[in-house]
Amino acid sequence: MSEATNNTQAIPAATSRLLLRAIDLSKRFPLSSGWWDRNPSFVHAVDGVSFDLMAGETLGIVGESGCGKTTTGRMLVRLAEPTEGQVLFENESGDLEDIAHLKGQPLKDFRRRAQMVFQDPYESMNPRRTIFDTVAEPLQVQKIGDHAERLERVSETLGLVGLTPPSSFLFRFPHELSGGQRQRVAIARALVMNPSFVVADEPTSMLDISIRTGIMQLMGELADRLGISYLYITHDLAVARYMCSRIAVMYLGKIVEMGETEEVLQNPVHPYTKALLSAVPVPDPEATRDPIDIKGSVSVPVDPLPRCRFYDRCPIADNFCRDNDHPPLQDKGSGRLAACYKA
Amino acid sequence: MTTDPVLAVDDLKMHYVTQAGVVRAVDGVSFSVERGQSLGLVGESGCGKSSIAMTLLKLLPDNARLVAGSIALNGIDLVPLSEDEMRPHRWDRISMVFQAAMNSLDPVYRVGDQIVEALEAHSSSAGRDAMERVRELFDLVSLDPSYILRYPHEYSGGMRQRAIIAMALACEPDIIIADEPTTALDVIVQDHILREMQTIQHSLEMSMIYISHDMAVIAEVCDVVGVMYAGKLVEFGPTADVYARPIHPYTRALMSAFPSVRGEKHELVTLPGEPPNLLDPPGGCAFNPRCAYATDECRTTAPPIVKRGDQWAACWNPSDE
Amino acid sequence: MATVNAQPAVPSSVWRARLRLASRSVRENWGLFVRTRIGLLGLAIIAMYALLAVAHPVLMSTVWEPRIYDPVIGYAFDETKQPAPPSLKHPLGTDPLGRDILSQLMFSARSEFLLGLLAATVTVVIGTSVGAIAAYFGGWVDTILMRLADIMIMMPAISVLIVLSALIGVEHFELALLIGILSGFGATGVVLKSQALSVVVKPYIDAARSAGGGHFHIILVHIVPNLLPLSFLYMMFTVTSAIFSEAVLSFLGLLNVRMSWGLMIHTTESAGYLLQVAEFWWLIFPASLSITLLCSAFYLVGRSLDEVVNPRLRSR
Repeated sequence: MSEATNNTQAIPAATSRLLLRAIDLSKRFPLSSGWWDRNPSFVHAVDGVSFDLMAGETLGIVGESGCGKTTTGRMLVRLAEPTEGQVLFENESGDLEDIAHLKGQPLKDFRRRAQMVFQDPYESMNPRRTIFDTVAEPLQVQKIGDHAERLERVSETLGLVGLTPPSSFLFRFPHELSGGQRQRVAIARALVMNPSFVVADEPTSMLDISIRTGIMQLMGELADRLGISYLYITHDLAVARYMCSRIAVMYLGKIVEMGETEEVLQNPVHPYTKALLSAVPVPDPEATRDPIDIKGSVSVPVDPLPRCRFYDRCPIADNFCRDNDHPPLQDKGSGRLAACYKA
Repeated sequence: MTTDPVLAVDDLKMHYVTQAGVVRAVDGVSFSVERGQSLGLVGESGCGKSSIAMTLLKLLPDNARLVAGSIALNGIDLVPLSEDEMRPHRWDRISMVFQAAMNSLDPVYRVGDQIVEALEAHSSSAGRDAMERVRELFDLVSLDPSYILRYPHEYSGGMRQRAIIAMALACEPDIIIADEPTTALDVIVQDHILREMQTIQHSLEMSMIYISHDMAVIAEVCDVVGVMYAGKLVEFGPTADVYARPIHPYTRALMSAFPSVRGEKHELVTLPGEPPNLLDPPGGCAFNPRCAYATDECRTTAPPIVKRGDQWAACWNPSDE
Repeated sequence: MATVNAQPAVPSSVWRARLRLASRSVRENWGLFVRTRIGLLGLAIIAMYALLAVAHPVLMSTVWEPRIYDPVIGYAFDETKQPAPPSLKHPLGTDPLGRDILSQLMFSARSEFLLGLLAATVTVVIGTSVGAIAAYFGGWVDTILMRLADIMIMMPAISVLIVLSALIGVEHFELALLIGILSGFGATGVVLKSQALSVVVKPYIDAARSAGGGHFHIILVHIVPNLLPLSFLYMMFTVTSAIFSEAVLSFLGLLNVRMSWGLMIHTTESAGYLLQVAEFWWLIFPASLSITLLCSAFYLVGRSLDEVVNPRLRSR
């Protein structure tokens, strides 16, 4: 715990105020659910993750499938309850409050301030409900406003996300809309309660390139206009480059590197980040890149050994990495954090 | 280019007949692929790029109609061939790597046995010979031979895609069509597989057609690229030329909308509107409702072909950059 | 933004829009239903029997003399020999006890409908709740409900009914409840749960949770509406099985009912006419044909509904 606290303090002093602080956040899923299984194995989906998020900032979480990025996001909006750790989140009176284990009315109140946008615009809306019903649902369950006020609020929000005129969308069904329009509806649903924090889980990965840019720009504009903070989850480093001021690279449930986006992308420190970046193709036939080969493939972190998670695949690992626990996130200069003994 | 192309497609038209009307999925497409060359077809979903793949292999659903055109594979036109006449060509001369790796392998049979079965259906080699060949193929795509007798669910996503590629290579075809071969894979695995495919292609002197929505993947692996929009090729040419100096406004829009991790962080430009409905595409140039340069001609008359070296585009108002 | 004053306090536009959507959906689904043909056939048969059921009390109070035509205690004094073959006065003849068969048939139709629909409603209400709750909560709730389902499916229904009718006397109402409970907690619940499982993993369930929606809201607003098409389908099939079970049980004499199609056959059988079908056909055919027709009719409607709710089954 003390180690994690040190890490978060190592982040350079914020110019704006702190909105969210994750401290040593972990989520483990039991592999066997049998009643007679006394020693079940656990998947360590997220394993001691700590970071800060400032008000109005966009933090990217990048990594390959199975690295724990989505589980991290789900814990922050309490779609999953952390197994361990704390999530301090600014409440209405401006104080930091641990929301990791909230229940009942306090949890319901928290949900007004933290929302999520999902990856799949085709599955994230109930096909039997109109756009109005979908966007108004948060207002309805939170009992905000009467019917007329909700109608107005929904129309206003649809306008905000570029679905104009709102009246031509209100009473249509999701299947009558294109993928890009649906993702705008999903954003409207997340914003209709004026949250201060939105987890965006790969919101553009299923959209075509000509549609994707519009959604990325919309999200950026909304963040500026409404002062929203995003946790932007993506596997696409190029998208993260455009959306995020800082990024955290995750590998097997751990943050292995974190820092200013451009810094991390142009000058990675951790061997995993280097390998990941070297594998990204660039849309320029003349460009040459020098791929770093790493062995094996991503495994599932079931009861991982107490050593660096990247040890098996690391090109620079040595006996020290094998014999010691996973390295802590340490400052590698100019505010860059990396979890590596060798870097 | 004096050699005969491996594959020459001329004015290919394939339409789907649906309840709502006729969908012109492939609407007059012509291109050719030389031996050893790799062609990329890039475009957004619904532009007809996957339909081209299915048409080239003549693996079409019941409601598809091959309306016009020819597909010359080594000089033999595949269009008039019956299913029986097509069989010796498919997999032997032209094969395919599908998009959804999971569904291309039968979950109840071991992977090695599936490849053996494919081999036996297409050549005289049988039994021990076939198994020996599977071992060679596994080696070629860097799969551990101990996985030959395992089931697809024991494979990771990347290994499954490798097995699919091994299967496509089994009969040493002249040309392989790869439809989004790495779309579902993580970036490191994608990189490995793309590089391996290139190595294999060069060593076997095969031709490839890569079909992808990902401009970056196409840029890395293709010599020639065709940009598709609404069932038509709108621009075609050597990859380096098309990416450096796109003629068609749609190609330019794709370039400026595509983010990159390296190089200068240029501003992303949003293309207005939505891709057209192929049931009722706009008249003239199908891109005209979204095009900043559209004129009256664009709305009424099909655009002419503009050439610049080996590169061409179908546009009324080409970039003269 | 529109000024608040210009807007009416109650947005009637919302209700008008919803009404328009609902009527459009009814029109579209009716169009699909009509196109299946067999559904219309089923509906026509159901309508015919409904008409018979409604007509019975009217006939009894106008043209039919209760002393003669009462389905249970009437006696055809105008016939010399019982059972009498069809005649102008008794279009389907009389039974061995001298009662008018057409009157029995029409009188029974009503209780068959009530039985079938009650059983089906109970099934669907229980099955949908069980399916939605088991799938949504999972864990021990799911385990308990599914073990209960196993018991219901294994339950020897006939033996249970014999015991129950000996103990309390089973009538139509109890039978309907029993069938509904057996099927709702049993097979129908299991089928609807597997459907619900594909709904609970959808991101819109997560979206509803992160909006602050409680369990009740999510089950009622998101899961149940997505189960209803399938529930409705099973409702039709339950009607069929309820009518059929009733016929079997009253034929065996296990039901304590005044009159039913099964009981008509039972009467024929206990009077010893069952094996003389050729000679006394009017004793068997009207009741057995009615059971077959009405069962098939609900089945046909169910099949067409299946095509309406499952686009994959639609030809073309």
